[in-house]
Amino acid sequence: MSDKGLISMVEREHINSLLIHGKRIDGRNFDEYRTITAIPNFVPKAEGSAIVKIGRTKVIAGVKASIGEPFEDTPEEGVVTATVELIPLASPDFESGPPREDAIELARVTDRAIRESKCVSQDSLVIIPGKKVWILFIDIYVLDNDGNLFDACELAALTALMHTQLPECKIITNEDGIEDVEVLETKKPIQLDHIPISNTFAKIGTNIIIDPLLKEESIADARLTLSFTEENKICATQKGGSGSFTIDEIKKCIDIASERTKEIRSKLNSIINPEGYPWSEER
Amino acid sequence: MTNKEKTVLITKNGIRHDGRKKTDLREIRFEVGILDRADGSAIIYWGKNKILVAVYGPRELHPKHMALPDRALIRCEYRMATFSVTERKSPAPKRREKEISKILAEAIEPAVFDYLYPRSVIDVFIEVLQADGGSRCASITAAALALADAGIPMKDLVVGCAAGNLNGEVVIDLDDVEDKEGQGDLPIAVLPLSGEVVLLQSDGVFNPEQYKEALDLLMDACQTIYKLQREAITNKYAKITEEIIEPVEVEPEPTEAKVEKKKGEKTEEKKETEEKTPKKKASAKKAKSEQSEESEKKKKTSKKKEKKTPPKKDEEAKE
Repeated sequence: MSDKGLISMVEREHINSLLIHGKRIDGRNFDEYRTITAIPNFVPKAEGSAIVKIGRTKVIAGVKASIGEPFEDTPEEGVVTATVELIPLASPDFESGPPREDAIELARVTDRAIRESKCVSQDSLVIIPGKKVWILFIDIYVLDNDGNLFDACELAALTALMHTQLPECKIITNEDGIEDVEVLETKKPIQLDHIPISNTFAKIGTNIIIDPLLKEESIADARLTLSFTEENKICATQKGGSGSFTIDEIKKCIDIASERTKEIRSKLNSIINPEGYPWSEER
Repeated sequence: MTNKEKTVLITKNGIRHDGRKKTDLREIRFEVGILDRADGSAIIYWGKNKILVAVYGPRELHPKHMALPDRALIRCEYRMATFSVTERKSPAPKRREKEISKILAEAIEPAVFDYLYPRSVIDVFIEVLQADGGSRCASITAAALALADAGIPMKDLVVGCAAGNLNGEVVIDLDDVEDKEGQGDLPIAVLPLSGEVVLLQSDGVFNPEQYKEALDLLMDACQTIYKLQREAITNKYAKITEEIIEPVEVEPEPTEAKVEKKKGEKTEEKKETEEKTPKKKASAKKAKSEQSEESEKKKKTSKKKEKKTPPKKDEEAKE
C-alpha cells in the first residue's frame, strides 16, 4: 500500500530482532490469531449489518437490498457485490475521495470469497428467474486500522450476510398478464450455503506471520490472503506487496490457513456476540 | 451451473475442449521492440490473446508527490480495448482493471533494480487488444520483455501462467471457455531463475491437494514459457547483429562511385556527431558509415540497435 504510514528505523529493527527470536511485538506466536469479536445488527435500518474487531482493527459492514434485473450472462442468479471505503476517520493515512486501488483490491478480494464460495443461496435471491432478483450491496467501512483489513472485511461481510433478512415477495400477475413482484411486510433471513473464512499472512524477511498488525504490515515484503470454505476448499487467493513467496512457503501457508480457518469457524458462535463491545476497551 | 454446460470441458481421457492435454499450453509467440516511440515494447500472441505492452522510463514522475526517495515508482496500467471482448466493454477503467494494474506492478517490482533510479517512474502500459482467458498472465510475460527491451536493469524476467480446475482435474493455461465454465482459476507469476512467486491469485474452488498440484505444474509450465520468452529477446538482438555484419561482407561489391557518394554524404554527419557524442558512439557511427547501407529498412533497424544498446553504457557511466 503506497499510503502506508512511515515507521522509524528503531521500531523496524525492534520488530525484526524479535522475529529472529521467534517473537512478535504483541507477544503472539507466528501462527497465532488475535481475538476476534463480531457484533451483528449494529445498524437495524440495514437489511443486515455487523461490526468486526480483530484486535484493534475495526470494520463495519452493512447490507442493503433492492429488487432489480439479473445480469444477462447469469439470468438465474441474484447479484451480490461488496465495496470497501477507507474513510479518513479510520487512519491518518486515508484520504477522502473515490476508492483508490487499495480499497478496490480489498473490495474485490472480499467479493471474490463471497461469490466463489457460492455463499449466498440463490433460492434466497431469485424472485422471478431471468426477470427479478435481489441485488445485495455489501458496503464495508474501515473504522480503525491496526492491520489485516482483508480478513476483517471478509468476516464483516460474512457476519452481516448471516444476519441479513429480506422482505418476502409475492408474485402477482396483472391484467396484461405480466408478472410483477409485491413486497410483503414480513421478513425472512437469507440462506447461506457456504461460509468462507480467510486468513492473511505477512512475510517479513524470511518469516511468515499470520494476522499481521499495522506495524508489521508496514515493514512486510509481501502479503498472502487465502479463503477456505467449510469443505476445506480454497475459494480465493490474493498475493499483495512487492515481495515474493516461494512455492514451499505458499504450501506451508495453505496448511496453516486450513487449520486456523477451521478453528475460527468452530468458534464462530462465540465470536459472534450481539452483546459484544464494538470499540476499544483500553487505551 | 452444471446443467448449463454445453461444452465438454475435459473427457475421461484427459482431452480438453480444444484438443489439448492437461498440461499443454496454447501457442505462444512474442515480438519485441515493435513500437517506435516507446522506450521498450512487446506484443504477445497467446492463444487468441493479443496484448500490446509499452514501457516508458525511467523518466521524471508526475505528480511529484508520488515519488519514492529510494527507488523508482513502477506504475502499471492494464486496460482492455472496448472491442477486445464479445460484448463491448465500456472504455472507463473498471475495478477489475484497477486491481490487475496494481498486482501487476507489484509483481514486476521484485524483478527490476528499481533502486538505481530514485524519484523517477517506470511506466508500463498494457493494452489488451483481444482477450481470451489468462490475459493477466500473458500481460506480465509480455511486460517483462518490454522492460528488457527498454534496457531497464532486471535481475530476472517475469513469467505468468494460470492453472484451472476442470471437473476436479487440474489443468494448465485456461482459455476463455474453460475460465468461465470451469470450477477454478489460479493465476501465478514467477521469477523463473529463482522460482520466487510474485503474483498469486485464485478464484473458484480447489482443495489443498489440487492447489499444491497446480503450483507444481505451473512451475514447470513457467519454465517452458521462459524459454520462449528468452528466445524472443535474444532473437531480436541476434537478428540486428546479422544485419550489421551482412553489409560488411558485401562491402567490396558496390561500385566505387557509389561508395564515394555515400562517404561524401556521411562525412558531414560524422563531423556533427563527433562534436556532440562521446568517442564510443562516434566510432560506432564511423564504422557504420563505412558500410554501404542498401535499404531504408536496414538503416532503420541499425539505428534502433544504436538506440537500444547505449542505455546500458549510459547507466554505467552514471554510476
